[in-house]
Amino acid sequence: MRIPLSWLAEHVELPTEGAAEWLHAQLVRVGFEEEAVHGGELRGPIVVGRVLELVEEPQKNGKTIRWCQVDVGEANGGVRGIVCGALNFVVGDRVVVTLPGADLGGFEIAARKTYGHVSDGMIASERELGLGDDHDGIMRLDQLGIPGDVGADALALLGLDDQAVEINVTPDRGYALSIRGIARELASATGQDFTDPAETARGAIAFGTPSGFPLAIEDDAPIRGAAGCSRFIARVVRGIDQSRQTPTWMASRLRLAGMRSVSLGVDITNYVMLELGQPTHAYDLAKLQGGITVRRARAGERITTLDDVDRALSPEDLLITDDRGAIGIAGVMGGAETEMDASTTDVLIEAATFDAVSIGRASRRHRLISEASKRFERGVDPAVADAAAARVAQLLVELAGGTLDTQLGAEVGEVPAMRPITIPVGFWSTLTGADYTVDEARAALQAIGSAIDQGEQSWTVTPPTWRPDLVDRESLVEEVARIVGFDRIPSVLPVAPPGRGLTRGQRLRRRVADGLAAAGLTEVLVAPFVTERQARMTGHEPVRLENPLDAEHAWLRTALVPAMLDTAHRNLGRGLTDLALFELGRVFVAAEGQGTETLPDAGERPADDVLAELDRLPVQPDHAAVLLVGERVRKQPGRPAERFGLADAIEAVERIARTLGLELGVRQAQRDWLHPGRAAELLVAGEVVGVAGELLPAVAAEADLPRVVAVAELDLSALIGAARVGLETQRIAPVPAATQDLSLVVPIDVPAGEVRRAVREGAGALLEHIALVDDYRGTGLGEQQKSLTFALRFRAADRTLTAAEASEAKLAGLAVAAERHGATLRE
Amino acid sequence: MPNPDENADLGARVDAAVTAALAAIETATTTAELQAAKAAHNGQGSELAALNGSLRDIAPEGRKAAGQLIGAGRGRVAQAIAARQGELAAAEEAAQLEAERVDVTALPRIRTAGGRHPLSMLVDEMSDVFVGMGWEVAEGPELEHEWYNFDALNVDPDHPARGESDTFYVAPAERHMVLRTQTSPVQMRSMLTRELPIYVVAPGRVYRTDDIDATHLPVFTQLEGLAVDTGLTMAHLRGTLEHLARIMFGAEAKIRLRPNYFPFTEPSAEMDVWHPGMRGGPRWVEWGGCGMVNPNVLRAAGLDPEVYSGFAFGMGIERTLQFRYQLDDMRDMIEGDVRFTEQFGMVI
Repeated sequence: MRIPLSWLAEHVELPTEGAAEWLHAQLVRVGFEEEAVHGGELRGPIVVGRVLELVEEPQKNGKTIRWCQVDVGEANGGVRGIVCGALNFVVGDRVVVTLPGADLGGFEIAARKTYGHVSDGMIASERELGLGDDHDGIMRLDQLGIPGDVGADALALLGLDDQAVEINVTPDRGYALSIRGIARELASATGQDFTDPAETARGAIAFGTPSGFPLAIEDDAPIRGAAGCSRFIARVVRGIDQSRQTPTWMASRLRLAGMRSVSLGVDITNYVMLELGQPTHAYDLAKLQGGITVRRARAGERITTLDDVDRALSPEDLLITDDRGAIGIAGVMGGAETEMDASTTDVLIEAATFDAVSIGRASRRHRLISEASKRFERGVDPAVADAAAARVAQLLVELAGGTLDTQLGAEVGEVPAMRPITIPVGFWSTLTGADYTVDEARAALQAIGSAIDQGEQSWTVTPPTWRPDLVDRESLVEEVARIVGFDRIPSVLPVAPPGRGLTRGQRLRRRVADGLAAAGLTEVLVAPFVTERQARMTGHEPVRLENPLDAEHAWLRTALVPAMLDTAHRNLGRGLTDLALFELGRVFVAAEGQGTETLPDAGERPADDVLAELDRLPVQPDHAAVLLVGERVRKQPGRPAERFGLADAIEAVERIARTLGLELGVRQAQRDWLHPGRAAELLVAGEVVGVAGELLPAVAAEADLPRVVAVAELDLSALIGAARVGLETQRIAPVPAATQDLSLVVPIDVPAGEVRRAVREGAGALLEHIALVDDYRGTGLGEQQKSLTFALRFRAADRTLTAAEASEAKLAGLAVAAERHGATLRE
Repeated sequence: MPNPDENADLGARVDAAVTAALAAIETATTTAELQAAKAAHNGQGSELAALNGSLRDIAPEGRKAAGQLIGAGRGRVAQAIAARQGELAAAEEAAQLEAERVDVTALPRIRTAGGRHPLSMLVDEMSDVFVGMGWEVAEGPELEHEWYNFDALNVDPDHPARGESDTFYVAPAERHMVLRTQTSPVQMRSMLTRELPIYVVAPGRVYRTDDIDATHLPVFTQLEGLAVDTGLTMAHLRGTLEHLARIMFGAEAKIRLRPNYFPFTEPSAEMDVWHPGMRGGPRWVEWGGCGMVNPNVLRAAGLDPEVYSGFAFGMGIERTLQFRYQLDDMRDMIEGDVRFTEQFGMVI
C-alpha cells in the first residue's frame, strides 16, 4: 500500500519536516513493514511557462529542433531561449519549464550550448517529470486541463512535491489498504483524534434511499457456507460531462498510490477505493440491459473482462449479471460490455460487500489480481459500502458535473453483526509477560474501534466491522501489545528440563559429514529437482511435482548422484577440474497408496488411525553420495599426477561405514548407468546398502563430464540404523606377531575378495590381519591365471607363535582357497 | 722362566702390528675402509691374530705376560677402530642428512582439503546453542502431508500461501502432499509425539515456488524453534532469541520484536537482531518470524490452551549466513562451486 502524504494529512496531523521517515517509524511500530518512499525526487525551479515564439531549425542529422522563446515569469528571469526537440506544441501553449538548477531526480538542468544556441532550461515531457510514460512530446497544460499562471511553481501544481510512503500490509489487515485505515492506525499509534472519512462522505451528499432498480442476490452455491455477496448498493448519477479531465491533485495522488489515471469516471472510483478501502464499480447505465443479479456462473458461461481477455467461467465464480448475462466477475474485474466510455452520460455505481474466500478463489483461478480483488480477499469493511457509494456520487457530481438521481437505485443485504470475544482481565500480561495496565489495554482496544463491556473478571469485546481478523482473545492481546508497544515485553530466558543432547542418528550423521570433509571431500547441497530420466536412473519409482519451477525438472531425486552431476559440470565449466564432492541429503521414493483423499479438519487432534494415514508419504531416507572427477594428486615436483577412480569412491564409502562401526562388503555388480566392469554393490550384513562405480562413459558424456567419473551412494539412514551398537572388546595381546606372505595362483576371473575370504576362513583365529599386496599376471603363469600375494599377520593371544604354527595356519588358508577357487601355491 | 729375548721380540712385533693397524685405521675415510682395516689388522689372518695364535707355542711360564702384551695391543687397535667408527658414522650421517635436504616450499600435496558446507555448519552451530540449553533437535519429512504443513498450523484452506504460486504440490494434488513450505510441520509432529514440556529446534530444508534471485531460493534452510510448557510468555520468546543472538553475534546483540501476522502464532512478531558486526556499522537486521503458538495449533495437537502456552520462531539459515558474512548473493550458496565452501575452511 502506497500512502500519498498530502492525502493522509487531510485526516491526521503529520510533521512538516521529514514526514516520510516519521510515518515509517510510526507505522513500523504498529506492524506495517516499511517498503519504500516514492516521489519527492524532483527539485525546482520547475515553473509554468508560455511559448512566445518558435523557429524550426532542420539539422544535418535529419532532426529538426525548435528554438523557442518562453516566458517563465518576471521572478524567474522573464523570457528565456530554449532548444526543444519536441514538435507537438504551438505558440501560445502553456508548458512546464525546468530551469537551470532544477534536479530531475539525479539529472541536473544547466544552461548549455546545443545546436548553436544556449538553451536556458528545458521544456519537459511527462516522462521527464516522472508523471507517465508519454514521451511523444512535451506537456501542453491547456490541453491537459492543468491550470496555473506563467511563472507558477509547477512542482506543487503537478503534485510533484508530494511523496508516498509504501508499507507492506499483512494479509490479515485488509482495512489498512486504505487511507481511512492507515489514518486510524496512525491516530491510535500517536494518540491523535481521528475523523472517519466514511462519516464525512456520508454527510457530504444528500443521498436519500432511492429504489426501483431491479437488484437481486441469488447465491445458490455459497462457498464454505458463506454467501458470496452480503450487501449491494446501487446508485445512479446522471449527465456527467465527459469533457472534464481528472483534476491534477487527484491524478497526482493516484500516481503516487501506484495507479494510472484513466478517465475521470474510473479515476473517481479508484480514488474512493484508495480512500475508503471499498472497491466500487461504475457501469454505463445505458449499456445495462434490465436489472442486476449477483449469482454464481453457469456451466459454459464466458465473459470478456475490462482487460480484453475472454475468460471461461467456473461455477464457483460469483458474477454480476444483467439480462444478457455476465457483466463482471464480482469483486475482481468488470466486463468490457458495460464499461464507461467517451459517450457515457449516466452511471450506475456499485458498492458491494463480497465474501473474501469467494473473491480470493476467483482471483487465483483467473490469475487476475486486481486492486479490488486484493482488498476483498483480505476483507473489506462491510459497513463502509454506503459511504463509498456516497463518496463516488459526490465526486461525480462535483468533478464530473453529474446530478444524483434520488429516485432510481437499490440496496440489498445487510451488515453482519460482529461476534463478541471474552477476554479475562490481565490476559494481555499472562500471554506477553509485559506489564500492560488495565487502562492501557482498554485504551488500545478502544483506539482500534472495539466496544468493550467491562466485567469484574473479564471483558466482552466487540471488534469493529473492519476487523474480521479479531476472533479470539489472543488476537486482542496482539492488539494491546501492538498499540501499547512490543518494546514493553521483557527478556526472560526460560529454563528447559534436562535434555538428552543430539540423537544417536544426528551425532553419527555429523560424524560422517565431518569425516568425509576431513578426507578431502567438499560438501555440496543440491536442489532435489531432477528430470524424469535422472529420477529413474537408479531404478526407483520417483515422485512428480504438480507445479514444478520448470517443466523439465518436475521430478524429485531418488538418488543424490544424478543431480550432483550437474553440480560437477558447473564447477568444471568454471575451470575447477579436480573435484571431490559429497552430499548428505534426502531422497524421495514413491510409496504405495501415498497421500490421502481428504484433509482432516483443522482445530482438533485427528484420531490415531487418521494420523497414521497422514504418514503414508513417499519414503524419504537420507543418502550419502560422493562424486570424484579429475586428479586426486596433481603433477608436482617428484610426483606424477594421479587420477580419481573407483578405488577412491569405494575408499570414501568405506570410510563412512568405518565411522559407523560397520564393515562394508563390496562385490562386483551391474548397473546400466555405470561402467560394466567398474561397478560394485556395497553391502552391510549381506544387505545391499549402496552402489559405487565409474559412470558409463556415455552417461558421463551426456552430463558433459570427463570420461572417468567415480561415484558412490549409500542409504545413510539404513547404515545409521545398522550402526554397531555394542562391541565385544578383547585385551590387546602384548606378544610378538609372526608375518608371512602367501602367493597363490587362481583363475583370472576369481575376485580377490573371494580368495581373501577363503584364506581368512581357512587360516582361522590365529590370522590377525590379511592384505592383498600384489596381483601378478604374465610370464610364468597361464593365460587365464593370476597370482595374488597376501601379506598375513598371525598372532596368538597367549604365546609367541612359532614359524611352524604360522605356516600351518597359512597352509590351512591355502587349502580352503584351493577347495573353493582351485588356488595353488605359487612356486 | 720366559725368555726375555723372546718377550722383547714379541713386544717389537706387537708394536709394529699395532702401529700398522693404527695407521690403517687413521687413513680409513669411510666405514667400509675402516671395516677393511679392521679385517686386515685385527681380523683372522692379521698379524695380531697370528701373534695371538702363537701364544700356545710359548712356554707356559711366559704365556701370561705374552698374552697380556698381545691383548693390550689388540685392545688399543679395537679402541681406535671404535673411535674412528664413531667419527666416520657421524660424518656419514651428517652427509646423508645434507643429501636429504628438501625445499620445504615445494613439497608435494597428496590430499586436497575438503570442507563442510557453511550452511550445514551454521545449522550445527545454532542447534548446539539450543542443545546446550537442554533443548532437543527434532526432524520431520521434507515431503509432507498438507494437513501438517497447513491445516494443523491454522492456515485457512483458502489462504493464498496454499496456492500453486507459493507451494510445490506433489502430483496428483488431490492426494494432499506438498514439499513443506516451512519447518513448522515439525512443530506439530513434536507436539503430537513428544512428552510435555517440549523444547525443540527443527532445522531443515523447506521449499517455495520462488524464482531464484540474490535473496530468494526455491529450496532453502530454516531453523524452527518451539517451546510448549505451562506459563510461557512472549518474554520467554524474547529471552530465548536474545540468548541465541548474543552467542552468534556478540554480547551487544539484542532482539527487537515488531507486530506481524502468521496464521500459526498469535500474537505474531517479526524479529530483528541488532548485529554489532554488520558491515557499515551496527544495525537492526530482519531475522525471522515468531510468536505465541496459536491456540488452534495447540488444539490440533490435542493440547489444552487453557493449560499450556507455547512460543515458536523460525529464521532462514541462508539469510543468517548472508548477513553474518556479508554475502551479496544467495545463489553462491547453492551452486555447489567448491570455491565458495573452501573460503570457510571448517570454521563458521
